[in-house]
Amino acid sequence: MKKTPPDINLNKKSERREFLKTAWKILGLVAATELVFLTFNLLRPGKDQKKSKTAANLKIIGNVEDFLPGSVTPDRVNKVYMVRQKDGGFLALSLICSHLGCSVLWNEEKKQFICPCHSSAFDRLGNVINSPAPRALDYYPVTIEGGKVKIDTGQKIKRKKFDKNQVTYAI
Amino acid sequence: MNEVSDYKKPAKPYYNLILHLHPRKVKLQTLRFTLTFGLGGMAALLVVIQVFTGLLLKFHYEPSPENAYDSILTIRDGLLFGKMVRNIHHWSAILLLWITFLHMLRVFFTGAYRKPRHATWIFGMVLLVLVVLSNFTGYLLPWDQLSYWAVTISTSLLEYIPLIGHGIKASLLGGQEVGSATLTNFFNLHTGIIPLSMIVLMGYHFWRIRKAGGVIVAEKDKESPLVDTQPHLVARELVVALVLLAVLLLTSSLFDAPLRERANPAYSPNPAKAPWYFMGLQELLIHFHPFFTVVVIPLAILLGGFWLPYIRLNDSNYGIWFLTGKGKKSALYSLVAALVATPVFILASEFLPDPEKLIPVIPSIITMGIIPFTLVAGSVYFFLKILHKKLTLNRSETIQSLLIVLVCSYVVLTLTGIFFRGEGMNLMWPWQI
Repeated sequence: MKKTPPDINLNKKSERREFLKTAWKILGLVAATELVFLTFNLLRPGKDQKKSKTAANLKIIGNVEDFLPGSVTPDRVNKVYMVRQKDGGFLALSLICSHLGCSVLWNEEKKQFICPCHSSAFDRLGNVINSPAPRALDYYPVTIEGGKVKIDTGQKIKRKKFDKNQVTYAI
Repeated sequence: MNEVSDYKKPAKPYYNLILHLHPRKVKLQTLRFTLTFGLGGMAALLVVIQVFTGLLLKFHYEPSPENAYDSILTIRDGLLFGKMVRNIHHWSAILLLWITFLHMLRVFFTGAYRKPRHATWIFGMVLLVLVVLSNFTGYLLPWDQLSYWAVTISTSLLEYIPLIGHGIKASLLGGQEVGSATLTNFFNLHTGIIPLSMIVLMGYHFWRIRKAGGVIVAEKDKESPLVDTQPHLVARELVVALVLLAVLLLTSSLFDAPLRERANPAYSPNPAKAPWYFMGLQELLIHFHPFFTVVVIPLAILLGGFWLPYIRLNDSNYGIWFLTGKGKKSALYSLVAALVATPVFILASEFLPDPEKLIPVIPSIITMGIIPFTLVAGSVYFFLKILHKKLTLNRSETIQSLLIVLVCSYVVLTLTGIFFRGEGMNLMWPWQI
C-alpha cells in the first residue's frame, strides 16, 4: 500500500470540514426562514368552518326613504356612513380613516369628515381635503332591492379618489 | 481582605445558587455604583416580578372581547389585593422599559458595546425590542378605549411598509381589524412566546458578560484587585433590589393603573394616541411621509445599532462615562443642540406653509419625505462635522455625539406627543388639553 503524504490528507480533511460547516449554516438559515414563515401564517385567521364561503355579507342599512337627498347618516354597527347625493344616488363610505384606522366623524357645519387622530379631513364624497390621509375613504358597493339599501360588508374597496360609478341609484 | 475570611459562609444551597449566577470573585472597581447604577440587575429583577404578577393575573383574565374588560374589573374590584397585583404589573412594565433603555445608554456611554462584548450588545438590543413588544402586546389586553385605539393606530403604521406591510399586519391582527383574533394573538405572544424568548436570551446575555470577564472597567483599572462576590457584590445587589422593590410598592399603592371605558370600535377618542413609548413615532408621522417614519428612520437606527460593535475604533477609552473629557464636552454640545433644534423643527413644520399644498403636483413622498429628511439628516451631518473639526474628536466620540442627538430628539418628540398634542392632534399647552 502506498502512503499518502500527511499534509495533503490534512488539507482534504479541512476542506471537507469547511464545506460541512457551511452546509450546516445554510440548512440552519433555511430552517429559520421556514419557522418564521410558518409562525406568521399560523397567526392569520383560519378558514371558518362554520360559515359558507360563497354567501355575500349583504347587510341592510335602511329603507330608501330613510335617507334624505344631501344627508350623511352613520351606521356605527357596520362602520359605514351612508351618503345620499343631492341627485338621489347612494354612496357608502367606510368610517375608518385611510391614514391610521381611527373612526372619522361627520362635521355638519364644515361639511367634512374629520379624523380625531391626525386631523385628516375628507369631503362628503370621501376625497382627501387635508392630509396626512394618503387616499380617499374606502367605499362599499351599494345594492338597492325592494326599497331596501344594502351593502356588502365583505367588499371594502380602496380608491384614490371619488368616481361617479361608485354611486348607486334607486331605480 | 482579612475581613472576608472572617465572614461566616452562608448555607450551602444559597451559596451554590449565588455562585451559579456570579463568579466567585469580582474586580473591586466594578463594584462602584456610579459605573453601572445597577441597571442591568434591576432589569433582571423586574422581569422576574413581571413573570410572577403576570402568572397571578392569568388566573382571572379572560382573553376574549366579550369578557376581557369584565375580567379586569373583577381583578380590580372583586379580588383581595387584585388591584395591587395589577398595579405592580403595570408600573413594573413601564419601569422595565425605562430601566432597559437607561441600561442601554449606560453600556453605550461607557463604551461597553465593543468587542469582545459585541454579542452582549446585540442580544441586549434584541431584548430591548422584546421588552417593547411585551409592553405593546400587554397594552391591548384590558380591552378599553385606550388600548383598542392605541393598538389600532400602531398596527396601521405597518401598512406603510411596502410589499410585506399588509401581510405582517394581517398576521399580527389575525385579520383586517383589531378583533377577537387579535386579542388571542396578543395574549399568546404576551404570555408565551415573548417571555419565553426573553428568558432564553437573558441566559445568553448573562453568560456573555461573564465570558467577557464581567462588567467593563477602564484601561487603567485592568489590574484592579479581586474581592469575594459573597458578601461584597451580593450585599450591594440586595440593597439595590430592596430599594427598587420599595419604590415599586409605594408607586403601586399610590397610583392606580389606568382603565378607561370599554372598547368601542365605532368611536375613536379625540385625540387618539399610541402607547406613550410610540408617541415619538406618532409625532414624527405628523411631520414626515409615513414611508420615512415607519421604514427608513427606524430601520436605519436598528441596523446602526447592530452594526455599532463592528465599527473599527482606534482608541481604548472605555469603562469611563462619556469616554474622555472631550467626549463629555461634545456630549453636552450635542445635548443642547438637539434640545434646541427639535422644538424649532416641530414649530417650523407646524406653522410654515405645508409644502404638499404649495406644490400639489409633486408627490408627497418628495415634498413630505425626501426633502425634509435630507434637510434634517444634512443638518445633523454638518453639525457633527463641525463638532468633529472644532474639538478634534475621534471616531467613538463622534458616534457618541450622534447617538445623543438621536436620543434627545426622540425624547423631545415623545414629550411633545404626550403633553403638547390635544384635540385633533393640534399643538397646545399641557393645561389646555
